[in-house]
Amino acid sequence: MFGAGGGTSSYREVEQTDLVILWGSNARETHPIFFHHLLRGVRNGAKLIAVDPRRTGSAQWADVWLGLDVGSDISLANAMARVIIHEGLADTGFIARATTGYDEFARCVDAYPLERAERETGVPAEAIKDVAIAFGRAKTGMICWTLGITEHHNATDNVLALINLALLTGKVGRFACGLNPLRGQNNVQGGGDMGAIPARFPGFQDLEEPAIHAKFTNAWGGAKFPSKMGYHLSQMFESMDHDELKALYIIGENPARSEADQTRTVRLLSGLDHLVVQDIFLTQTAELAHVVLPAAAGWAESEGTVTNSERRVQRVRRALEPPSGAHDDVELICEIAKRLGTDWGHPTAEEVWDECRSLSPMHAGMSYARLDELGGIQWPCPDESHPGTEFLHARLWMDPIEGPAAPFHAVEHDPPVDLLTEEFPIRLTTGRRLDSFNTGVQTGGYTSPLRTREAILISPADGARLGIADGERVRVSSRRGSVEAPIRFEASLRPGLAFMTLHFPDQVATNILTIDATDPKSGTAEFKASAIRIDKLVAVPAK
Amino acid sequence: MDIRTTGGPPSAEEIAAVDGFLGAPESLWEGGARVEADDHVAYGGLATRSRRHLLLPVLHAVQDHAGWVSRGALEYACRRLSIPPADAYGVASFYARFALDERPPLAVHVCDDIACKCAGADALCDALEKGFGPAGVPGASGSAAWYRSPCLGLCDRAPAALIERAGKHHAEARVAPAGYESLSAILRGQWPDSEASIHAQPRKESRLLRRVGVVEPTSIDSYVQAGGYAALRRALELGFEGVIREVTDAKLLGRGGAAFPTGRKWDAVAKAAARPHYMVCNADESEPGTFKDRVLMESDPFAVVEGMTIAALATGCEQGYLYVRTEYPLARERIENAIEEARAKGFLGADVAGSGMTFDIEVRRGAGAYICGEETALFNSIEGKRGEPRNKPPFPVAIGLFGKPTLVNNVETLANVLEILNHGSAEYARVGTPESAGTRLFCISGHVREPGLYEVSMGTTLRALMQLAGGLHEGRSLRAVLLGGAAGSFVTESQLDVPLSFEGTRAIGATLGSGAVIVFDDTADLESVLLRIARFFRDESCGQCVPCRVGTVRQEEALKRILSERDQSLREVDIALLSDIARAMRDSSICGLGQTASSAIGSALVQLKIAGMN
Repeated sequence: MFGAGGGTSSYREVEQTDLVILWGSNARETHPIFFHHLLRGVRNGAKLIAVDPRRTGSAQWADVWLGLDVGSDISLANAMARVIIHEGLADTGFIARATTGYDEFARCVDAYPLERAERETGVPAEAIKDVAIAFGRAKTGMICWTLGITEHHNATDNVLALINLALLTGKVGRFACGLNPLRGQNNVQGGGDMGAIPARFPGFQDLEEPAIHAKFTNAWGGAKFPSKMGYHLSQMFESMDHDELKALYIIGENPARSEADQTRTVRLLSGLDHLVVQDIFLTQTAELAHVVLPAAAGWAESEGTVTNSERRVQRVRRALEPPSGAHDDVELICEIAKRLGTDWGHPTAEEVWDECRSLSPMHAGMSYARLDELGGIQWPCPDESHPGTEFLHARLWMDPIEGPAAPFHAVEHDPPVDLLTEEFPIRLTTGRRLDSFNTGVQTGGYTSPLRTREAILISPADGARLGIADGERVRVSSRRGSVEAPIRFEASLRPGLAFMTLHFPDQVATNILTIDATDPKSGTAEFKASAIRIDKLVAVPAK
Repeated sequence: MDIRTTGGPPSAEEIAAVDGFLGAPESLWEGGARVEADDHVAYGGLATRSRRHLLLPVLHAVQDHAGWVSRGALEYACRRLSIPPADAYGVASFYARFALDERPPLAVHVCDDIACKCAGADALCDALEKGFGPAGVPGASGSAAWYRSPCLGLCDRAPAALIERAGKHHAEARVAPAGYESLSAILRGQWPDSEASIHAQPRKESRLLRRVGVVEPTSIDSYVQAGGYAALRRALELGFEGVIREVTDAKLLGRGGAAFPTGRKWDAVAKAAARPHYMVCNADESEPGTFKDRVLMESDPFAVVEGMTIAALATGCEQGYLYVRTEYPLARERIENAIEEARAKGFLGADVAGSGMTFDIEVRRGAGAYICGEETALFNSIEGKRGEPRNKPPFPVAIGLFGKPTLVNNVETLANVLEILNHGSAEYARVGTPESAGTRLFCISGHVREPGLYEVSMGTTLRALMQLAGGLHEGRSLRAVLLGGAAGSFVTESQLDVPLSFEGTRAIGATLGSGAVIVFDDTADLESVLLRIARFFRDESCGQCVPCRVGTVRQEEALKRILSERDQSLREVDIALLSDIARAMRDSSICGLGQTASSAIGSALVQLKIAGMN
């Protein structure tokens, strides 16, 4: 946000804030550790508002649940902004001092009166107004979101709509305020921080900026590498489709099961000239590979660091030797480098980290000794006397502000690409459950009393309308394909809304149904909104 | 909550019982049928969770209706109140009176505690076992079962039994004294005749009992005619600083057992800055051998309500709770009636007696847990939680019920407040001793001719008190007196001249405690009494802190060995162990239960030379 890709707040702040909007996130199941911190806040008196098409386990803790229609987030956010402005709850001092683009934004949201928002979101106007006023009036408050915001074709606009709400009410850059995308793994944040994104070097340094580029070239002994940003995941698949991208090196991902439109994904991966997969298990993707490199498990068999959702870099220590034949990721990468003609030696994790610190200013002060001593440090931490940063953007509250102002972005409602029609009348949204993790690579091997066989969850009312019984196997079809799955009635779903997970690709290949309409800015596919139909299986007559 | 128990769905009757108490659900999310608005908005969160305190009343409603609490009913209650089912199960299973397994609608609870033991409860239970099968097992008809119960507070009419009949026409009744004939008729389905409530004899020097048997306990007019509500009027004249001054000057000490200066407590609550303040009347009288609060509530309920009102107004409380044990159905009924009548007459509500001040009272019913007499456990119970005591400090005057400053007073303490206001602190303190002002209620049971409730001036000797109760039966000699109930201690013949005052009993290492006085003559089976006391504490320990949870079990085991072991040297090892356990419990339990759980047994071994102790 405004130049730094991370949540702005600390867990401690969510425990002490007055109000939390959990937007497009079922954190109770998908981010249970964060949710513990959030519950502490709730017990301390914080008001909790959940915005989600489904009344999830998280929403059950909320004072208000706004059950918007899938993909109508911007309409809701803009209408809230309009209420906040009309009620005189906008922080005009902050807007004038620390932001740009307000006038255009205000003009944009003025076109979102409550009646329009009610029509587009399904949420009663009165409820939208109440929530907007509560957010506007709260002394401190934060907005937290996850994939319900970002797995849309207009993901970036969705995020911008939420940022607008925070800027409008001055709820960023202060203690117990902020904007927080929750990270799905212990190190999603760290992956981005370390440069595993197309446009950035470690520490979010712009790859296309000549001075930065030169810094890395010098540090790496004059090594040559592209000066233009690379592809993000969806672009890679497009490029494969155009037969341009021919070789792929995948570390710790299972796109053959986790990507939208699975039929296409598998076809493209299978058509590569060379596919290398480095993973701790022989995943479905690894089965397609020409070379599989068995890796050590990051959380028990390697040394290194991870970075959590509050930007805290923490040490990871090796507890077990990896099984014979499996190697640490650093070792594997160095061995590949050697075979490509460059000897990087055998650096320890700490040596790699120290090199990172020498090049990434925001990590510069985080020696292993200090990480141990302080129990992890939150970036930015520019030098070894710096305690780390509890929340970002305090600069916006300096007078005059330090650095560039934070921009409003006028964004417009843009419904899901996969339209509901008579042929495909049911909105399918996907998600995750507490007992499983993504495609099940790491959780499929364990039993859980919470786990039931994959099924498509629908409202009992829809079941009755379609003449389908609870538990019956049905055919579920989208414009892209169809799968068979058992039906499960879920009373918390409203008619017209269905839910599936992608945890059990072997039982039900959910991503055969999903659309790969992708946000051009972030490269995320619209997993959250497919149009489907549900048909009874035709009985095969007995011979 | 979306978490489910493994039980089936609630029955229509169970839903009706819960909704009958909470009102019909307003949305799908509360457990009702889907309405259109449910598709896109739901309200809940804190608003729903803040009704958590209704969990016990809801469980009572279910059990009164169905006889037990099924998983489905529990789950529905959880849905209505937004409580995780595991949490609610933890609560329901904490309280002895909630049945979590199916059982017959008719339950006969037979007291086999100390005083009833002296009156033949063991023989009665043996006979019931022969006639109807073991305790807790439904008899041949399947429609009734009998259970052993700790003290029911009917020690003056021992042995006693409490009858509960679940269903649409839920009812409770007491039988005391109970015999095999009467109980077997009940177990066969014959509902007992309604009983008379009396059992305190006001004498001309009575103060706290002056209205007992004189006023009509269901009529506020009768109470007012007998001078009722004069104390409230006086309190309003004095102003509330004046009231606290009077109570302080009267040197009133709390009558619940801890003997804390009442005036100081009131002053601390009145001055507490946090709001709101709560007033709680502790009527969870569960100390074996104690029934004084029951008599006051049954016979003079308006006085309790008036006392609460004065205390609340003096300390800035607008909401009061009276927490009464479930074993006192008549007391509950009388108090609820008194509250209603007081409200109708303007003595409770938005403008108490024209003072412009607000105060109202809600009755909360315990569910069979001795520990809930401990004030912080009682708060947790009102809040809908397991009745586990909290660490102190913070003390209730600062952080009590719902985390707010709370005044907790015992029923008898409040009765004393009326005396102080009606007659002035000087007149009040005229009787008693310099350190223990006023009179005290004593509940005498066991082997005396006239068990009952007696009011005497503080400092009266135990010998004189026993004479009031008619002394021992013809030809019997005294073995021991248990002073203060199960948490008290034994005294012997040579100590009968102890003055019954706080300082007098302290001087001989005993305590007045709750005012229970159980007398044992030479026919008493004291070993069996000691084992009953050990079992009582083992049952009633809340299990939260280790010294008490483990100590009460080990104490019972060691005592059993001591009483059966013939080898003196082995016995001495166990006696040493018992004294170690006692010290650990006394020093490191967080509440009074653990701290006093060894007191009676320890004193018996020393005073009564049981097990050959010298």
